[in-house]
Amino acid sequence: MKKRGSGPSAKEHPAGKADPYRTRSGIPLEPHYGPEHLRSHPPPPGTFPYTRGIHPDMYRGKVWTMRQYAGFGTPSQTNERFRFLLQEGQTGLSLALDLPTQLGLDSDDPLALGEVGKVGVAIDSLADMETIFEGIPLERVSTSMTINGTAPILLAMYEVAARKQGVPPERIAGTVQNDPLKEIGARGAWIFPVDPSMRLAMDLVEDTLSRLPRFNPISIASHYRDAGANPAEEMAYTLSAGIAYARALLARGVSPDDFGARFSFFFYTYTNFFEEVAKYRAGRRIWARWMKDAGATKENAMRMRAACVCGGHSLTRAEPLNNLARITIEAFAVACAGLQSVFTAAYDEAYAIPTELSAKTSLRVQQILALETEVAKVADPLGGSYFVESLTDSMEEAIREVMERIEEMGGMVEVLRSGWLQKEIARRAYEHQRAVDEGTIPVVGVNWPKDAVREDAPVEVQPLSEEAHEEQKRALERVRRERDSAQVRKALARLTEEARGDRNLMPAIREAVLAYATVGEITEAMRQVFGTYEPPSLF
Amino acid sequence: MRVTGYTPRILLGKAGLDGHDRGAKVIASALRDAGMEVIYTGLRATIPSIAAAAVQESVDAIGLSILSGAHVSICRELRRELERRGARDLPVVIGGIIPAGDWPLLAEAGVRKIFGPESPLDEVVEYFRWVVEPHAWVKGDGGRPSWEGV
Repeated sequence: MKKRGSGPSAKEHPAGKADPYRTRSGIPLEPHYGPEHLRSHPPPPGTFPYTRGIHPDMYRGKVWTMRQYAGFGTPSQTNERFRFLLQEGQTGLSLALDLPTQLGLDSDDPLALGEVGKVGVAIDSLADMETIFEGIPLERVSTSMTINGTAPILLAMYEVAARKQGVPPERIAGTVQNDPLKEIGARGAWIFPVDPSMRLAMDLVEDTLSRLPRFNPISIASHYRDAGANPAEEMAYTLSAGIAYARALLARGVSPDDFGARFSFFFYTYTNFFEEVAKYRAGRRIWARWMKDAGATKENAMRMRAACVCGGHSLTRAEPLNNLARITIEAFAVACAGLQSVFTAAYDEAYAIPTELSAKTSLRVQQILALETEVAKVADPLGGSYFVESLTDSMEEAIREVMERIEEMGGMVEVLRSGWLQKEIARRAYEHQRAVDEGTIPVVGVNWPKDAVREDAPVEVQPLSEEAHEEQKRALERVRRERDSAQVRKALARLTEEARGDRNLMPAIREAVLAYATVGEITEAMRQVFGTYEPPSLF
Repeated sequence: MRVTGYTPRILLGKAGLDGHDRGAKVIASALRDAGMEVIYTGLRATIPSIAAAAVQESVDAIGLSILSGAHVSICRELRRELERRGARDLPVVIGGIIPAGDWPLLAEAGVRKIFGPESPLDEVVEYFRWVVEPHAWVKGDGGRPSWEGV
């Protein structure tokens, strides 16, 4: 395909004619920075408000978790990929689920046609969870699940599958995303209306706090960024969501020391290196202060633990090998910023599900950073830089400004309900695309250099067969045939009944899971009471 | 690009279960800014409902955004549903992550044009203009559209 000549010419500054000396969040940049720009002197790493990191020794104590998002096709294919990744030195598992599972639909649902096993693995019942983790020691690995609407069901399945391996609930470790607000705001995998979604998510959090001491019950995620928000808005929206969840738990009488220690966050990192470092440093500071004001007294409850993905919308389809450079810059920024867990996307993400080669190379990027550079040996290596400290202060101001606007409109839940946030994000995405088309935001290989001949690069594509769907449907049929259907009916009836009241729904969900009720059946039992979310009209 | 004064009506759909609608919304804004009337189905529209809406609203073209990998089955079903309603010739344009190996299958299913993640907005807008009024279409510089005959 020939590239249109819309980019800036090679002679011009690559940032084009619009003010290039601003960050992605619009913060103006000086030609150089000096002591006169230092407004604050953050205390050492591990000290409140944790600008410089949440631990004093940072990666000397424990290097960040290298966690690659994986899972596709059938449970047994995913089991195979997990074993491969663990063998290659990966230290935590991250389970990707297909869309029907994320939306509470079984693999034989007519709406699931063509989607089973496509963007992740299909899970219909406990039997699938057992297969995925067969032969994987669940007391030693930690598992992160990108699951939201159906998080209570999937977590219950994970717990029961572990118990069947002989691993008790208090020993399993990991994270469920369990962040329905960002599904409504940005990612689109919503199921129930806002209020019951909040209730279910908080039921999961409360239940996990008391029963699964090594599991993080929520990962407040920043998909707003990948949907269009700029870095300051990304942090502001995500922290505002964190505040909404914190308030919901405070209203239930949960102590901020208890939930604060178990919240985690999930962000996107692009190639705007210094701004990303400043974003995380500023975000940690804002969160620590908010939690302290909310009554937290334990240090652990004020520390913003964060994971991130390097890649996302920053990756290009054009010249896909360039993406290796991008994720390297991004992962380096994250390591300098002191995050706890990193997922580096594969360079072929804009083509299909990663191949073994592309998935492994992305993991290698992190290993090279951790082992061959000094970044894991010194906490906050950019701390004290005139530029980075000044940018951290400016980012804090920019983030706070957005957070205050949201507060004025009634908080995160309200701006999502009204559609204000969705409109803001859509506007930003459009502005960004216009700027890329005009060449004012340079994207190498896409709009720069000018007149580059662009071809679809030969990338080996991971084959996905429709057989996975058939196999999954057969497995589901077997489960439905072999289980005790009277027990299933009883468990589902109990769940519907309890959804009408205000008891914590986790025990009823666990009972249904144990009876091999399916994700679709359990979701439907609640939908009868909760109904379905109706998004506000934006167009 | 010459504008005839006719306002094209475009149905934009997000078929399947995928909720990543950044692209669909960006295209909706671009077509609207270019003076077209856009009807956006929102997330998780079923194929029969997209086909039915296209016929009821007598749109000039359908644009579908698909990132989930389900594009082949979605486009085949859309073709059947349009045929059933006597709208077989309604142009269907798709955008998303579509492996090149699937392009022939999509062409067989009646898809007229496939845009990718880096397609410039102006190109998408011009294509919709052209596909709606191919005979009236004159490029700004008097040239032929680059996709004609492809």
